[in-house]
Amino acid sequence: MDLYEYQGKELFKRVGIPVSNGRLAETPEEARTAAEEIGGAVVVKAQVLTGGRGKAGGVKLADDPADAEEKARNILGLDINGHIVRRLWIESASDIAKEYYLSIAFDRGAKQPLFMFTTQGGVEIEQVAEENPDALIRLHTDPLEGYQPWIARKLIYDAGVEDPSEQKQIAAIVEKLYRAFVEFDAMLCEINPLIVTPDGEVKALDSKFTVDDSALFRHPDVAEWRDTSAADPIEAFAREKGVTYVKLDGDVGICGNGAGLSMSTVDVVAHVGGKPANFCDLGGGGSAEGVVDALEVITRDPQVKSIFFNIFGGITRCDEVARGILEALERLDMSKYPIVVRLDGTNAEEGRRILQEAGKPNIYPEATMLEGAKRAVELAK
Amino acid sequence: MAIIVDNDTRLVVQGLTGSEGRFHGLRNKAYGTNVVAGVTPGKGGQDVDGIPVFDTVAKAVDEAGANTSLIFVPARFAADAIYEAIDAGIGTVICITEHVPAHEMLRAYTYFRPKGVTMIGPNCPGVLSPGKANVGIIPAEIFTEGSVGLVSRSGTLTYQIGHELTQLGLGNSTIVGIGGDPVVGSSFIDVLAKFEADPQTELIVMVGEIGGDEEEKAAQYIAEHVSKPVLSYIAGFSAPPGKTMGHAGAIISGSSGTAQAKKEALEARGIQVGTTPTEVAQLVAERIKA
Repeated sequence: MDLYEYQGKELFKRVGIPVSNGRLAETPEEARTAAEEIGGAVVVKAQVLTGGRGKAGGVKLADDPADAEEKARNILGLDINGHIVRRLWIESASDIAKEYYLSIAFDRGAKQPLFMFTTQGGVEIEQVAEENPDALIRLHTDPLEGYQPWIARKLIYDAGVEDPSEQKQIAAIVEKLYRAFVEFDAMLCEINPLIVTPDGEVKALDSKFTVDDSALFRHPDVAEWRDTSAADPIEAFAREKGVTYVKLDGDVGICGNGAGLSMSTVDVVAHVGGKPANFCDLGGGGSAEGVVDALEVITRDPQVKSIFFNIFGGITRCDEVARGILEALERLDMSKYPIVVRLDGTNAEEGRRILQEAGKPNIYPEATMLEGAKRAVELAK
Repeated sequence: MAIIVDNDTRLVVQGLTGSEGRFHGLRNKAYGTNVVAGVTPGKGGQDVDGIPVFDTVAKAVDEAGANTSLIFVPARFAADAIYEAIDAGIGTVICITEHVPAHEMLRAYTYFRPKGVTMIGPNCPGVLSPGKANVGIIPAEIFTEGSVGLVSRSGTLTYQIGHELTQLGLGNSTIVGIGGDPVVGSSFIDVLAKFEADPQTELIVMVGEIGGDEEEKAAQYIAEHVSKPVLSYIAGFSAPPGKTMGHAGAIISGSSGTAQAKKEALEARGIQVGTTPTEVAQLVAERIKA
């Protein structure tokens, strides 16, 4: 789960990483009030889960509350890489003398936490890695050793931070960021830029924070921060229904069981010349009710013209899937969709028999994954 | 021969008294796997269809001679179950449980890795050596005994490819589902090394998917260390960046982890990549009959 800047900063605050005083606003009027409460010049920042918001005009300096209201009016509703701005973070403006970069990532390749630090912050870190790789200090650490002060010292000395006060403040921030990384089960904690003000104060001016979905049960307050309105509306509906669904941009609706087979089904539909409308994974259980939910989600997409069920029963039982499809035909208006069904594995014969006996004109049984994909593509034309 | 599980496997099921544990534990036993014990704290002394249940894994090792563990406990207790099995001296741990927190798995991995334990999963379908032992949830009836080693990050996709192989009259030495999580106990490389050393295995099929760089690393390993022919399939060519496709590990982040990049890395090392599961099976058949 990706967090908004203001949510990440809330977690930074909890572990004691210095951030600017700020308020959340969802309307221009709220932005004005926020600016009044904060006092002085403020920055109005679009809260979107994508990069490049500065270039897109999503971050503006405002001199006073009236200006903040004006800037908020301009930024709210902006489309930044397909993300519509609905929330703003209004925070006290900072003077910037230097911009550094600090992050800790869950490096699945190395199977270790990866610290990265550079004094060349404020730009995309990929750019620093490419143009000036020696300036980007990388350090893998042992998760059982945990945080040790040498980690911060190594980052700071190798990056060439010379000012003793800066060294001290950064070392404290590295330690706190590691604490946030572990305590909140983060896959990524990034501060870019980590600024030094003209007065020599070091603080986090931005945050990028990703929490492991599997660990959210330990962080119920963070789990509640999920903004369902930011997702694609059909994806939000799928989440509500407990259906694993990713919207794509085609006309063949796809439903498989298991992530790998469902992914492969999307590929095979594309391979035989079709346009997959979605990825949808019934998961391990695959109850009749789950099938009805999946079909309800898939058919919310107006582009869908045909549907391909590709089921290889393991834990999932094909007879249960067949019953689910028939149940959905009863409960939803499915008459306009040709449904191609391929069943193999656990109770496949019974599943095929159930479908055959029902004699529905819009159900097309196919024997193999490849033939099923071809048929579904044909029927979408 | 075969790898990881075979006729010498003496299985303890952690969570045998739960619904999943019971269903699959008994299914594994019915297949012929030597299921010697179950472990559920507080239920020691009971039995599940004649399989004795113990309070601790250490007791299952001492009294029933267990050497392999199958874990079915809920996600929040899975890391604890892994540590308990390893500390009791179990040499092979297979964890089916999904949604194990990544940080917990990372610490467990760092702990057991130097001990030389074989760990498979979490979030995996398990390991099947047809005709010998089935440990996990793989529907064994799809597979027959043979010479093709199959290793995969996905469950049902493995069944699909196994089924296509069976249709062509080809059997398997062992089928290993390594799991779809960011941190799993065994990588492709770990399993490839075992297949390379296994006399029953003549050819290896590696089924990958988007996310991470395990397939790329495996490509290099195969070129340098594997003498047996390897064929591959990668799922997720149509996946959009930034969205997870069901598995926590299946996500394209930035420019890395794409199916195309994996395919290119494999082909650059002379490893053929089938476009569909059907084509992979055909390539295997051609290679074996050649």
